[in-house]
Amino acid sequence: MGKGWCLFFLFWPVAAVASCAMAPLVGWSFPYDNAQAASNLGMRIDGLFYLILIITAIVFVGTQAVLVYALWRGVNNREPRASHVHGNHKLELIWSIIPGAILLFLAIYQMNIWADFRIKKYFPEAAVKAPIAEITARQFEWRFRYPAIGKILQQKPQSDDLYSVNELHVPFGKPVMIQLRSDDVQHSFFMPALRIKQDALPGLQIPVWFEANKPGTYDLVCAELCGWGHYKMKAHVIVEPEDEYQTYLKNLTQQQFYDGLGKVAATEIGTESEATEK
Amino acid sequence: MSVLNPSPTGLQPILKPLAHHSPGNFITKYIFSTDHKVIAIQFLFTTLLMMIVGGALALAVRWQLAFPWESMPIVGPWLFAAEGGQISPEFYTMLFTMHATVMIFLVIIPILAGTFGNFLIPLMIGADDMAFPKLNMLSYWFMWPAIACFGMSFTFAGGPAAGWTSYPILADLAQAAPGSGTAQTYWLFGITFIGFSSMMGSINYMTTIINMRAPGMTFFRMPMTIWGLFITAILQAFALPVLTAGGFMQVTDRLLGTCFFYPSGLVINNAAPTVGGGQALLWQHLFWFYSHPAVYIMLLPVMGMVSDMLSCMCRKPLFGYKPMVFSMSAIASLGFIVWGHHMFTSGMNPALGMAFVVATMMIALPSAVKTFNWTATIWGGKLEFNTVTLNCIAFLSMFVVGGLSGIFMAAVPVDVYFHDTYFIVAHFHYVLFGATLFGVFAAIQFWFPKMFGRMMNEKLGKTHFVLTFIGANGTFFPMHFLGMQGMPRRYADPYLHGYLEHLLPMNQFMTISAILMGFAQILLFINIFYSMFWGPKAGRNPWNATTLEWAAPSPPGHGNFDFVPMVYRGPNEYAVVNGDKDFVMQSEKECLPASTTATDDTDITETMI
Repeated sequence: MGKGWCLFFLFWPVAAVASCAMAPLVGWSFPYDNAQAASNLGMRIDGLFYLILIITAIVFVGTQAVLVYALWRGVNNREPRASHVHGNHKLELIWSIIPGAILLFLAIYQMNIWADFRIKKYFPEAAVKAPIAEITARQFEWRFRYPAIGKILQQKPQSDDLYSVNELHVPFGKPVMIQLRSDDVQHSFFMPALRIKQDALPGLQIPVWFEANKPGTYDLVCAELCGWGHYKMKAHVIVEPEDEYQTYLKNLTQQQFYDGLGKVAATEIGTESEATEK
Repeated sequence: MSVLNPSPTGLQPILKPLAHHSPGNFITKYIFSTDHKVIAIQFLFTTLLMMIVGGALALAVRWQLAFPWESMPIVGPWLFAAEGGQISPEFYTMLFTMHATVMIFLVIIPILAGTFGNFLIPLMIGADDMAFPKLNMLSYWFMWPAIACFGMSFTFAGGPAAGWTSYPILADLAQAAPGSGTAQTYWLFGITFIGFSSMMGSINYMTTIINMRAPGMTFFRMPMTIWGLFITAILQAFALPVLTAGGFMQVTDRLLGTCFFYPSGLVINNAAPTVGGGQALLWQHLFWFYSHPAVYIMLLPVMGMVSDMLSCMCRKPLFGYKPMVFSMSAIASLGFIVWGHHMFTSGMNPALGMAFVVATMMIALPSAVKTFNWTATIWGGKLEFNTVTLNCIAFLSMFVVGGLSGIFMAAVPVDVYFHDTYFIVAHFHYVLFGATLFGVFAAIQFWFPKMFGRMMNEKLGKTHFVLTFIGANGTFFPMHFLGMQGMPRRYADPYLHGYLEHLLPMNQFMTISAILMGFAQILLFINIFYSMFWGPKAGRNPWNATTLEWAAPSPPGHGNFDFVPMVYRGPNEYAVVNGDKDFVMQSEKECLPASTTATDDTDITETMI
């Protein structure tokens, strides 16, 4: 029976490794059928993930194999007594220093990615200068506030600001920064395709930057429990070429300031003449 | 009245334990008992009862994830008659909140510190009881107000719905969620009571371990179990006050409007803007300053117990006793400076995150060292696969997964992606279920003969183990894949989002595994109750183990030992020549020559008691 148990403990790591190897083929790996991250930063994060995956996979297979082999030996031990060993100083040193070095390497290796990702000093300058929108999370929707065309986003809402709900448009081909805030409880801005997540904390305005490397529509979900409707904070981020983005903003301006009589009410808007022609 | 054996230590036999009076009537003996063994058994049954509650809540969560918005079987129709048996989203938030709360605060922490801490500390260090028996009793009885408060919170609208982490603002203001009203206040009272309970326990354990060790029991002769419980007690004593204070601040925020945790100007659920000036992040710091060490509170005692059990089952001294002690201390001390890794995405200063990354990476090291030492303990051992061994190996095998998946989370850019997804759920279930609960199953099987004087059934034990092991891996391993896919936690219906739609079959598979695992626990209960009355009688030392508790009768009487035991050696002296035995107990003065047959004085002394 002892051998059967050894096989039992051998079987599950084998199944685990097999299912991990299978994962990218059957859509269990990264979202959208294991698609590459949609940003360069995301791809660097994926690279870090795969590096850790390789290291941990080696350790996992190694420890489980040694464990099963030790069990096998232990159960077939024909000696009258087990070996009387209390420890081994050299071994302890080896298996402290090697993992310690690997862990320290990982800790230092990831710092650059983190700095580029979150520390404002390293944010792309262009993005910091002109934040594209302010995102306000609330129960249970995402609200977006863009500055009027040609203007810069102000801290306080302006009369000519543009608003949308659950659909954020950003221009393609340049890094964009958004200001994240919350109206009520905590939420979290999570775009799986770009590997971005940042909590929206009431009382704070948190800058987040990203640059999608291909145009497209990306899911935006909430990743911090925000109440009973947490699961349904569904929104999309649409990354589109600059001209389509400008068209979108123009259409938004029209919709928002149309006074019902064929005139756009906000006179101070730069695009007024175009809007009235329609 | 039989004659006592002459004391091998030359010390006085314990006829009148000084710690407390011997129990008188039924009530002082079995209910308001001050005897650590009775309190331990009270803790055991209370926590097992709570395990049923927590498990049922988990199955309800799994039901919703596998069959969203379908009528819940058995209890659905009468619980949610108005919704046609459906789980409503607000009820779902309550389900996972209470699953975590019950499992952490009412099952794992009390079964480790309460049951095994109480039972084993005096027995393993050779004391006749705890230092403060009445405080000990109070520690158990403070669990009941906590259970009552948690129970009460179910009955108010929505139930506590802010997650076990109870993050403000959701948990702080009544208008934030249906469950954030009175239910949340009761939940916080529950946390406070359970905190008092743990606190009294930890003071008692520390005092007992420092002051009441038998003669010769130096710190470095203490069994690893005692080290685990000792370090846990220290963690509790230093970390818990922070949570208790934080919880109290949240209560005053809710009841007195103290505004610790909410800033001004929030418009929640169309109520008037809040008057504030507080900061929600403060709670996260206070909470995780306790709750990260709490992870080790839920792990270190098991690490200790598994060390002793593995060594006994492999008939081999523990490999690297001192490195084991030092790595445990390292885990405990580093455990205090890694709380920030729960908050990488929280909006805390990102530069601060770097420091937490280094500390978090480094805390993986002592865990790795422990794993290698356990494997080395098995290496060259002489083992037999009984239920205890199997559960210990499962502990080791699954702890490796939980530990390794932690490295992903320690690297902060990767953590940002995995934070609050199912990857983290997989990680902590591998640690808390895979490691801790399998260790607890092993410990129940191992110390049951000492608690009740009878052995547990091996066949039932093995069947329970196999089903639980398969069920646990079937439930928790696929969670890694859900996390990879970016499925967030705490979603009542993840399939609303296009990129998660195809995960339904996997969730159904997990739910079926979870149901299998849930029903397997019935075998554990049958085994416990059957063996309590009809199991084969165990002698003093059924496992041929070396530590002091096996020198006492099974079950030990009032005052535990016949004599104050004298300790001559370290805790895991197996694989030695001692007559025809391969072990020498801590209380044995010297080994017998190989030719002699050890006289089994076990039965003589047992009949005496």
